[in-house]
Amino acid sequence: MAINFDTALGIEPKALAFREKRGEILAANLANADTPNFKARDMDFKSVLKQSLTSGVAMERTNAGHIAPQQQVVGANVMYRNPYQVSLDGNTVEAHVEQAKYAENAVQYQASLQFISNKFSGLMTAVRGQ
Amino acid sequence: MASSSIFDIAGSGMNAQSLRLNLVASNISNANSVSSSAADVYKSRQPVFAAELDKVINKQNATSKVNVLGVVEGQDAPVMEYAPNHPMANSDGYIFKSNVNTVEEMANMMSASRSYQNNVDVLNTAKQMMLQTLKMGQ
Repeated sequence: MAINFDTALGIEPKALAFREKRGEILAANLANADTPNFKARDMDFKSVLKQSLTSGVAMERTNAGHIAPQQQVVGANVMYRNPYQVSLDGNTVEAHVEQAKYAENAVQYQASLQFISNKFSGLMTAVRGQ
Repeated sequence: MASSSIFDIAGSGMNAQSLRLNLVASNISNANSVSSSAADVYKSRQPVFAAELDKVINKQNATSKVNVLGVVEGQDAPVMEYAPNHPMANSDGYIFKSNVNTVEEMANMMSASRSYQNNVDVLNTAKQMMLQTLKMGQ
């Protein structure tokens, strides 16, 4: 039985990349909280997961030595947020909402990180055989 | 590492908000300045923010930093007051006071300092996330 990082870690590295990207978008929302006409944006985990599981376009591998392409999270759909209260200057950032989402995202990032860490320590246990 | 752009974004936000705080300080300290003509009197100054789209990836996925387009002067007319004994009074006996609204500026200051704090918090969280990522697998 060969130890393969791809199968061992599963979906977690992609989830981590998604959290990172989402953190970036939410940080941009918070930085632009006072910019007129700025529209707040966010990513939906569910739709990205769906896209990732049923990736329509894949590269063909004609040789066993070809490396499988990585699935990209960067192409994930970024959507505009519907504000609870609109403001006159056309800005749809609501600082408290963005703060909550950013905190949520940070915790989920740490959770993904912990999962990966645990997978690694599991692998280490397997390698050591003790 | 991609999340280092969070530092850029939060940094640009802090930069914009600190400029705003600077302008508020300038406005409040000059709120009581007086002049003998409407053209010379101090006028309130406000920053103009705009989102700066990164052109690296396509437009939809680009994250935006805050760009300060410039500083504009308030359009309100300066307050004219009849004070013939004032040393700055013009030949008709009028002085001109700056159009700074101190109450507005105080509210502006609170908003700017809260936004600044928000950006600092974002930066701290991003820093913690990166440090934890460095410790992965240990």
